[in-house]
Amino acid sequence: MQITSPDFKDNARIALQDVGLQKALGNVKTGFPHKRAAAIARLPEFEQLRDEARDLKNHIIEHLDLYLEAFEAKVLENGGHVHWCRTADEARQTILKICQDKQARTVTKGKSMVTEEINLNEYLEANGVTPVETDLGEYILQLRGEHPSHIIAPAIHLNLEDVSETFHAHHHKPKSMDPAVLMQEAREELRTKFVAADVGITGANFLVAETGSSIIVTNEGNGDLTQTLPKTHIVVTSIEKVVPTLEDMTLFLRLLARSATGQEFTVYNTLSTGPRRPGDQDGPEDYHVVLVDNGRSDMIASELREMLRCIRCAACMNHCPVYGAIGGHSYGWVYPGPMGSVLTPQMIGIEQAALLPNASTFCGKCESVCPVRIPLPKLMRHWRRDEFEKHLTPGAARWGLGVWSFVARRPALYRQLTRIGSRVLRSLAGKKGRISKLPLASGWTDGREMPAPSGKTFMQQWQEQQKARQSS
Amino acid sequence: MSKAEILGRIGRGLGRIEPTAAERERVAARLAAKARNAIPARAQLPEAERQALFIEMAREAAAEVIELSSLQQVPSAVANWLQQTGIDELVVASDNPLPELCKQLPETLRVRQGVAQAGDLASLTLSFLGIAETGTLMLYSRPESPTTLNFLPDNHLVILQRSDIVGVYEEAWSQLRARYPDSLPRTVNMITGPSRSADIEQKLQMGAHGPRRLVIFLVA
Repeated sequence: MQITSPDFKDNARIALQDVGLQKALGNVKTGFPHKRAAAIARLPEFEQLRDEARDLKNHIIEHLDLYLEAFEAKVLENGGHVHWCRTADEARQTILKICQDKQARTVTKGKSMVTEEINLNEYLEANGVTPVETDLGEYILQLRGEHPSHIIAPAIHLNLEDVSETFHAHHHKPKSMDPAVLMQEAREELRTKFVAADVGITGANFLVAETGSSIIVTNEGNGDLTQTLPKTHIVVTSIEKVVPTLEDMTLFLRLLARSATGQEFTVYNTLSTGPRRPGDQDGPEDYHVVLVDNGRSDMIASELREMLRCIRCAACMNHCPVYGAIGGHSYGWVYPGPMGSVLTPQMIGIEQAALLPNASTFCGKCESVCPVRIPLPKLMRHWRRDEFEKHLTPGAARWGLGVWSFVARRPALYRQLTRIGSRVLRSLAGKKGRISKLPLASGWTDGREMPAPSGKTFMQQWQEQQKARQSS
Repeated sequence: MSKAEILGRIGRGLGRIEPTAAERERVAARLAAKARNAIPARAQLPEAERQALFIEMAREAAAEVIELSSLQQVPSAVANWLQQTGIDELVVASDNPLPELCKQLPETLRVRQGVAQAGDLASLTLSFLGIAETGTLMLYSRPESPTTLNFLPDNHLVILQRSDIVGVYEEAWSQLRARYPDSLPRTVNMITGPSRSADIEQKLQMGAHGPRRLVIFLVA
C-alpha cells in the first residue's frame, strides 16, 4: 500500500471535515470502551492477569530465540513446514513460491495484519494469484480497493450506506440497507470461494511452542473455513507471537477478547497443529508457517523491546482521543493509533513517520488500557527523541526548543518571563477568557480557542498562598 | 540462512551470542512444567454450580441449550428441533454412540455421515468438553468427526454430557493432553455461541460465515 504518513497533517485535516467518517468514528467511541469496561467489571482478577501477562511476555522476549526454535521443532515433528523471513520481500516471495508450487489460482484469506504489513495481496495479484479476503470487513474493503483503518474492525470508517452501495455495485442484487441482508449476501458470495480456493492463508494470534500449534481467534468462522477447506494452509505471522504453553496462551486469551471487543470470549478460538492426520476426511494436506521478522528483532536492544509485548487487541486506539477524531487511515500506513505510532517508525523509518509519535497529547489513556502494560507514551517519546537527534525536527521547532531549554535552565529568568507571558496572555484573552488568535501559535488557534491562563504563574500563586497561611 | 540471521539478531539484541545454559534450562523447565497462571475464581465451583454456570454463559453467547435426562432422548430431541426449524436433512459425525442414535431418527430425515458440503443445513457432532467459565465447547478433529461439520452447515447441533463440563480452560488442556500425550489433533475448536460479525457499523449480526445457530443437547 502507498505510504501517506508524511502527509499526516493533511490527512488529519481532511478526516476532521469528512462528515461520513466522523459519523462512523462515533461508533468507536460509543462502542468498544463501554463494552471493555463492562467485561472487566465482571472479572476481578483482570489487573492481576495484566501483570502476569506483562511479565510472561518479558520472559518470552528474553528467551525468544529458544522459544522459536522449540516451536519450529514441534511443527516439523507434526509434519508441517516453517519458513523464516527477515524482510517483507522475503516473506512475499516465500508465500508466492508455496502458492506456485501448488499451482494455486485463488487464495482465501483470514484476517491478518502481517499480510497487510508485507503488502501481500498486491504482490500475489501481480503474480497471477487471486487473493480473496473473507473477513466481512476485509471483504468490503477489498471490493472498495481500500485498506483496514483499524486492526480488529477493519471497516470501522464506513457507514451502512457505503457498504450498501459497494455490495449493490458488485453483487448485482437489489440495494439493501439492512445489515443482516448485506451479511447474507457476503456469506453467499464467499461460500463458493471458500470451497474453490487452492490455498488458505491466515494469520496467528499466538504460536504455541509446546505443541507447535498456531491459534486464530475470530467471531465469524471465516478463518476456520479458510484453513480447513483448501489443500494448503499457510500461517503468516510474526516472530513475537510465540508463547510457551497452552496455559500461557490461555492467560493471553482471557485478556484479548475482553480488551478488544469486550466479549467474555471470542466465538471461535481454533488451534491448528500440522497437516491433516492419517484417516482425517478434511483439513489441509500441507501446513506452512511463515515467520516474519521485518524489523522486530532490531527492537530488542532498545526500549522499543516493550512494544514486542503487543497482542494486537486495539484497546489503545479504541480509547485514543486522536484516533477517535481522525480515524486510522490518517496515520498513513498499516498500523494506526498509539501502537501504530510506535511500530510504524520502526517499519517504514522515522524519516517518513516522524509526525505519528508527535500526534499524541500523552494523555496516557492508551497505556492505562493496554492488557500487557506497554508504556506507549514513553515509546512515542523515544521516537521524538530519535527524530530530534537525527535533525528531522523542523528548524523553527528546534530553535524554539533551544530557546526554551536555555531559559528553563535559568530559574530566575524563567520565572520573570513566565510572569510577563502569563499577564500578556491574560490581557489578550479579554473578557471572554479565551484566546482566538495568537502569533506563532496559529496551528492551535486556527482550529480552536485557547483557554486563557489565570494571569499569575504557579510560583506566584504558591508564594501568595504561603504568605496568607503564615499571616493567618 | 534467514533463520540464522534472525536468531543471531535476537541474540545480539539480548546482549549475547549463544543462549546460556541457564536460559536453556529455564525454557525447557517452563515447557515441561505447563504451570498454570492466575485462574479466575468464578468458574472454580462445585459440580452443580459449574454446570449451571456453563448453561448461563452458553446462553449469554446465544447458544441454545436443551437439557435432556438421558442419551436415549437425543434422537427425538434432534428430530423435534429439525422439524420445528423446517429441516429434513442432517450430516453426522460417526463416533459412538452417534451411529446407534441415528438409527432412531425418523426415516423421513435424510441422514448422511462424513464431511460437510457447502449448502448443508444441519450437522450433528459430539463435544469433547464444555468449559463453564465462558460457556465454551471444545471439539477436535479426528477421522470420525471432520472439522467441516463444525463450520459449513447452517446449524450445528452438538451433544455434550453434563459430566464433561469442566470449570476452566486449564482443566480442558489437561484432559486433552491426557488423551493426546504426543501431538494434538490437527484442529482443536473452542466454540462459544454461533457465528457473528459487527463489521457493519459495529452492529452485531448473527450468522456470518459459520453456523447461524448452535444447539447444545446437554445430556445427564
